[in-house]
Amino acid sequence: MVVGKKINRVDAVTKADGTAKYTEDLLDDKCLVAKVLHSTIANGKVLSFDLEEAKKVPGVVKIITSFDVPDIQYPTAGHPWSTEKAHQDVCDRKLLNTRVRFYGDEIAAVIADDEIAADHARDLIKVEYEEYPAIFDMEESVNNPGDVPIHEEKPNNVIVKSNYEVLDYDEAVKEPGLIKVTGVYETQKVQQCHIENASSFAYKEAGKVVVVSATQIPHIVRRVCSQALGCDMGKVRIIKPYLGGGFGNRQDALTEPLNAFLTLQVGGRPVKLMYTREETFFGTRSRHAMKFYITSYVRPNGTFAAREIVAYSDNGAYGSHAHALVANAVNAFRMMYPVGAIKGVAYTVYTNNPTAGAMRAYGIPQIGFALEAHVDDIIAKLPNDDAISFRKKNMMQLGYVDPGTTITCHSTGLSECIDKGREAIGWDEKIEKYKNQTGDVRHGVGMGIFCYKTGVYPIALETSACRMILNQDGSIQLQVGATEIGQGADTVFSQMAAETLSIPFENVHILSQQDTDVTPYDTGAYGSRQTYVTGMAVRKTAESLKNKICDYAAWMLNKDRIDLDLVDNHIVRVGTNDVLISLKEVAMEACYSRTNSNHIAAEETHHCSDNTYSFGVCFADIEVDIPLCQIKVNRIINVHDSGTIINPQTAEGQVHGGMSMGLGYGLLEKMLFDPKTGRMLNSNLLDYKLMTAIDTPDLEVAFVEPKDPSGPYGNKSLGEPPVIPVAPALRNAVYNATGVAIDSIPLNPEKLFQEFTDAGLIK
Amino acid sequence: MYDFNNIYQPKTIEEALKMKSEHPEALILAGGSDILIQVRDGKLAGCDVINIQPLNELRGICVEDNGSILIRPLTSFSHITKNPIIEKFLPALGFAVDQIGGPQIRNIGTIGGNICNGVTSADSASTLKAYDAVLEIASVDGIRLLPYADFSKGPGKVDLKGNEILTGIRVPKESYENTYGEYMKYSVRRAMDIATLGCSVNVRLTDDKKSIDRVRIAYGVAGPTPMRVPTAEKLGNGKVITEQLITDIAEAALTDVKPRTSWRASKEFRMQLIKELCKRSLRTSIKKAGGTI
Ligand SMILES: Cc1cc2nc3c(=O)[nH]c(=O)nc-3n(C[C@H](O)[C@H](O)[C@H](O)COP(=O)(O)OP(=O)(O)OC[C@H]3O[C@@H](n4cnc5c(N)ncnc54)[C@H](O)[C@@H]3O)c2cc1C
Repeated sequence: MVVGKKINRVDAVTKADGTAKYTEDLLDDKCLVAKVLHSTIANGKVLSFDLEEAKKVPGVVKIITSFDVPDIQYPTAGHPWSTEKAHQDVCDRKLLNTRVRFYGDEIAAVIADDEIAADHARDLIKVEYEEYPAIFDMEESVNNPGDVPIHEEKPNNVIVKSNYEVLDYDEAVKEPGLIKVTGVYETQKVQQCHIENASSFAYKEAGKVVVVSATQIPHIVRRVCSQALGCDMGKVRIIKPYLGGGFGNRQDALTEPLNAFLTLQVGGRPVKLMYTREETFFGTRSRHAMKFYITSYVRPNGTFAAREIVAYSDNGAYGSHAHALVANAVNAFRMMYPVGAIKGVAYTVYTNNPTAGAMRAYGIPQIGFALEAHVDDIIAKLPNDDAISFRKKNMMQLGYVDPGTTITCHSTGLSECIDKGREAIGWDEKIEKYKNQTGDVRHGVGMGIFCYKTGVYPIALETSACRMILNQDGSIQLQVGATEIGQGADTVFSQMAAETLSIPFENVHILSQQDTDVTPYDTGAYGSRQTYVTGMAVRKTAESLKNKICDYAAWMLNKDRIDLDLVDNHIVRVGTNDVLISLKEVAMEACYSRTNSNHIAAEETHHCSDNTYSFGVCFADIEVDIPLCQIKVNRIINVHDSGTIINPQTAEGQVHGGMSMGLGYGLLEKMLFDPKTGRMLNSNLLDYKLMTAIDTPDLEVAFVEPKDPSGPYGNKSLGEPPVIPVAPALRNAVYNATGVAIDSIPLNPEKLFQEFTDAGLIK
Repeated sequence: MYDFNNIYQPKTIEEALKMKSEHPEALILAGGSDILIQVRDGKLAGCDVINIQPLNELRGICVEDNGSILIRPLTSFSHITKNPIIEKFLPALGFAVDQIGGPQIRNIGTIGGNICNGVTSADSASTLKAYDAVLEIASVDGIRLLPYADFSKGPGKVDLKGNEILTGIRVPKESYENTYGEYMKYSVRRAMDIATLGCSVNVRLTDDKKSIDRVRIAYGVAGPTPMRVPTAEKLGNGKVITEQLITDIAEAALTDVKPRTSWRASKEFRMQLIKELCKRSLRTSIKKAGGTI
């Protein structure tokens, strides 16, 4: 058994010894440097550029402005393309934009011999604008769109408004004796903060434009580049080397389309377009800020009778992933507690803020905070319920079929997750111990639960291809279009291949780089889909390869195919398991046979038409220093049901990363903007408070592992979920400690100061 | 790629002073952890620098004949923290500079750079203020001594003329003898962060340890420059130690400070911290000095 074992990452050594090549390591010495000029107004129009001084800077090769780019509006979202017009992504930006929609919009680019010349020339470009009033508040944007819409295609600034209703809400609220609880919850805009900034370089080769880029989605980026340039897809080639993190930001075309265009402006000479940290902050994507109005009607026995949500999602200046995120959020509002009548309305709106896109768990950390905070607000009003009893009574159960999406709960270990976490943190004793505290420093415990889909079916296409090639030594080459972005995908794919083929793990050689000219199709790393969807393709391909190997062995041994199997790296007789010949001998013969050479390889597509839910819980035990407005996390534990864990070691690492991100989301991180101009104030890692190692408490992780019947190896999603339950657990712990229920994050010192002052804890 | 215009490389202090008088607009480059940041973000792009980094004469810590502690400006933070003289006589300073950035910054950053940079959040500044440090400033014309109290001229501005270099920081014996101090840095993160507020307190108690003989309190980020709070100090000097006294001193500190609201923190929150950090640092200093509250 290889699946289920702790195995070191396949890329651990190459990353540690520095031989793994990232985009910047592959640069050509003669690469030109491109620098983008970003707008210094948030809303308006470029009237003209004065390039005279800029062009004089020695080393400047070419300056391209928004007046020079093709008149093509293209989409950027990392979604599989929909062949139905109605479901296609929003096409609302050009390579460079004359119509400026946020402070930092890309309006021109300088190509120069080196960085200093490019920077210097960029600073000398003079721009004349016509300015319109900017709108930074999402509700304001809907209620008061102003005379000039942000995009003319959407005159009221609403990209999409959607709604649903399960059962009859108006009827349900009439039930006598219900307790009504309302709340308004807000989550902030945060950034993915992957360690490698947005970076690419591009050149022309053999009539094609080649873009080397740190992307999660090479095949999608190829399609987007072809749309942006107005050329055929076969004329674009995307290469994805090793990459320093993505967390959803790179589930979007970022620098690639413009980079592809820029190389074509200088005769195909290599041009690099590498964003600084500052540009990556405001000029790529971020998590959507959302605001939720929730009303619940609950019976005194602790069950939901009816529940309603109105959700706003700030999409910023351009469409990107648009409505998919808040739609995901209001769907999860329904799925988590599928009890009683449920009604949801969601708006995705344009504002003059930087564009939001995909980020780890895609809208669910937002609703996760709001809903789990709301649940604790409800529990505070119920006579006989506590945090655990209420959740257990109302949460999703095995066999649930979601009425909106048809996604079915094929397995659930949520109840066991809660029990395990409760025990580990000492929940019952601490609830007792932390009652009626006074003094400056108080303790509290809190929890939050979640459910999460595994991939994007049936909302979008789920498909994946895989290729395996048998080497002469009996090892295999494994190629997938699914991407390793630090999450450990290559390692689990290798484990799966070894498992199904029944060969040693070391004999699987996975190619970590994707090259769209060579690599099988896969949509890429997002939606926690790869271990599930790509896993199915790996399994199917391994079965197919195994079959071909056995076919060949049957010819070699002159036996009936049906009597042979590949077990433990050898061809054996079915039934007795007698070893007949080693795989290596079969592979040598297949390659070099003078009478029947056969270069054994397999390639399969898995078209996935299923989905399932993973679950989990976070418990936090904290200490609040009221006068200093500081939270210290003494213990924090995530317990996950992600089905069968393919690799406990990498899974634990993945949970650590998610918890760390959840802690930053709940406690410290927030993108800040100048309220007058819309300029980002803290676009660096000093002022943007990403937690450091010393700020991070010990992260405890546990799993329960019900085998999911729909997963290729009993597995479900794990990539994104660990981030979800952390922020609400922290918020509920602060509530438990101080009696102050805070309805927005981050719970940073300034926020705590305001809340504690309002509550009279600080005078 | 850093956008420097000229880099001058002196071999001795004399050469450095000569270069500085010939190129008064050139910046002294010590560890570079402030300068390089500003070159990168364009504020100092294309500047000239005089690199004093290799001048070992400007590095190190000693006790002079009169008992003063002399810290040379190029001494890095990590060397200050681990220096036996500092550990013995000025542990509050060693602790304060250990709160700076992360290990790499503490290895490259210098105490001279920290105070010459002139920002209110500099982590060594409030402790040096609280210990009445005296600066030694040199030029081709000679050396002048300046109380650190008179060095700050406003945010990012210090009393250094175009031809001058900081060559020493002294803490007189009278200032540290029988004196116990505490620095509290309040920042949103516990590393790699600038202070939302810094508070450095030191006390000398009476022989019976029942009263405060002398208290000195200095803040960073409580105003445009690092500052002392004379009203609070005056109120504390010579008083019997009680919890009420501590509260009164902290309240009095509020009358001396001028924090402002910025997007990093509100004035009100800073006022809360000014009071609270004062109390806590004061209590710790008194305990270190052998007093009880
Ligand atoms: C990641 C990071 C984290 C940081 N964290 C902190 C922190 O937590 N707390 C903190 O206080 N600071 C922090 N800093 C700022 C910086 O490290 C300190 O201010 C440091 O002391 C600067 O010293 P330096 O030798 O590197 O100065 P440099 O950058 O070389 O110089 C700084 C200024 O002082 C002048 N100067 C230097 N030496 C002399 C001299 N002998 N005579 C005359 N002028 C001189 C220079 O001309 C320049 O104007 C941080 C910086 C970074 C990059």
